[in-house]
Amino acid sequence: MPNQVPPQSSSPSPAPQDAPAIHLRAATLRYGGRVVFDALDFELPAGRTTCLLGPSGVGKTSLLRLIAGLAPDTPQGTKGGVVDAAGRPVAGRIAYLAQRDLLLPWLSVLGNVTLGYRLRGEARGRTEREATETRARELLARVGLAGRAEDLPAQLSGGERQRVALARTLMEDRPVVLMDEPFSSLDAITRFELQALAAELLAGRTALLVTHDPLEALRLGHRVQVMAQERAGAPARLEPALEPAGVPPRDPADPALLAQQAELLKRLVQAKAAGGA
Amino acid sequence: MKILRPVIIFLGLIGAWQIVVLATGAPHYILPGPARVARALVARWPELLGHAGVTALEILLGLALGALLGCVSALVIASFRPARRWLLPVLVVSQAIPVFALAPVLVLWLGYGLASKVAMATLIIYFPVTAAFFDGLRRTEPGWLDLARTMGGSRSAILRHVQIPAALPALSSGIRVATAVAPIGAVVGEWVGSSAGLGYMMLQANARMQVDVMFAALFLLAVFAVGLYAAVDVGLRRALPWQAEDAAG
Repeated sequence: MPNQVPPQSSSPSPAPQDAPAIHLRAATLRYGGRVVFDALDFELPAGRTTCLLGPSGVGKTSLLRLIAGLAPDTPQGTKGGVVDAAGRPVAGRIAYLAQRDLLLPWLSVLGNVTLGYRLRGEARGRTEREATETRARELLARVGLAGRAEDLPAQLSGGERQRVALARTLMEDRPVVLMDEPFSSLDAITRFELQALAAELLAGRTALLVTHDPLEALRLGHRVQVMAQERAGAPARLEPALEPAGVPPRDPADPALLAQQAELLKRLVQAKAAGGA
Repeated sequence: MKILRPVIIFLGLIGAWQIVVLATGAPHYILPGPARVARALVARWPELLGHAGVTALEILLGLALGALLGCVSALVIASFRPARRWLLPVLVVSQAIPVFALAPVLVLWLGYGLASKVAMATLIIYFPVTAAFFDGLRRTEPGWLDLARTMGGSRSAILRHVQIPAALPALSSGIRVATAVAPIGAVVGEWVGSSAGLGYMMLQANARMQVDVMFAALFLLAVFAVGLYAAVDVGLRRALPWQAEDAAG
């Protein structure tokens, strides 16, 4: 299995042992008059990466935002926020990575990576702050940005900015990671590199990756699920999960994976046609 | 060229002024030429400088006070929903009253001294600063707010670490506008009733048909206003180096 990033002896952020499984039961979400999904069951297995595919506008991002606690109103079936399989709320245990890097332009790369600590008022003491910054620098080195810690985001390329966003996500060191098309705006080579890096750094965490790219889903997902509408305007449903063989990140040249990609593409085209897009 | 350009513009305006004087043949008590005004400037220099200092102090105090009040108001309106509902309409209605119409009242209440002019300048500065900063606070990039919420930031922490810094470029354009209009407030206040300042000196000179002195005072006022604007502009640019990128995006 070719791995683009050389394995390192000491990982700066060992995967947490308490990655929870998340079961969403009978989740309902309405936007205005439209029912985005109704009585939806969704499962994120503990410590695994689940990839969610589907046509644009079907409600993938809404589902991710629901789990992230960013849904506009508390939808039915999820009163008090989403809980894990043990009944504990997931709020406060998630890290969020969006399609856009969302770097704050007035903060240095280091300031952006440690933003969460500043927002929570953590690591105020001198030794604590130094330890936090040391860890941030280690993570920046892991994503290939050693020596760029003092730069402003405007000095970075798009790929570098998304690397910083990935480092910021990992700096949070949360057992649950939610990613909304994090690599879709990158060029093919950078995307390929970051996928391998993400797979390595996400190992052991409960992750949800929303993507448009079947190949990306098959490379990174322990499970791949397609979200689709039966007809235009109908609530979105989830098709049975696909569990490709092997461990992510998978080799994109593997013929079995390429066959599955073709199969998935066909399903997505059907789903798009059914949704009347 | 960057330093040369203002000099060329300045000389061009003086030249145009001289041409108008020559072409119209206006008498010096209607439109004095640049040379005459320069002589008045030199002859009355100590007196002019003293009055200019008073006006400058009024403008600077008004700017500081107006900007401070504007920032506080914008923060209150942005942070508390009830405050937004009750204060925002009051703020907008208050702008329907021309500040110039208030000048006599302010002089009546606060006297002929510094206070009434500072109040005028403050009033005229307050609104652009409040409006610009509030607008900036309200329009924080929604993605940044989402991110900050998932990171577990409290409302006040998000305000402090995300919304306020994000609104600084908007605030800085409000302060630029305020800087440009601040001298109006001070001078109008002086015209209505005062015992010192460039506006006072212009009124005195006008009564004595010393039009060249009026123009000398006007010239000093313009130099100060332009200098202040340039200084504030450079200061804001230095303080917010990232906003050039914001403007481009």
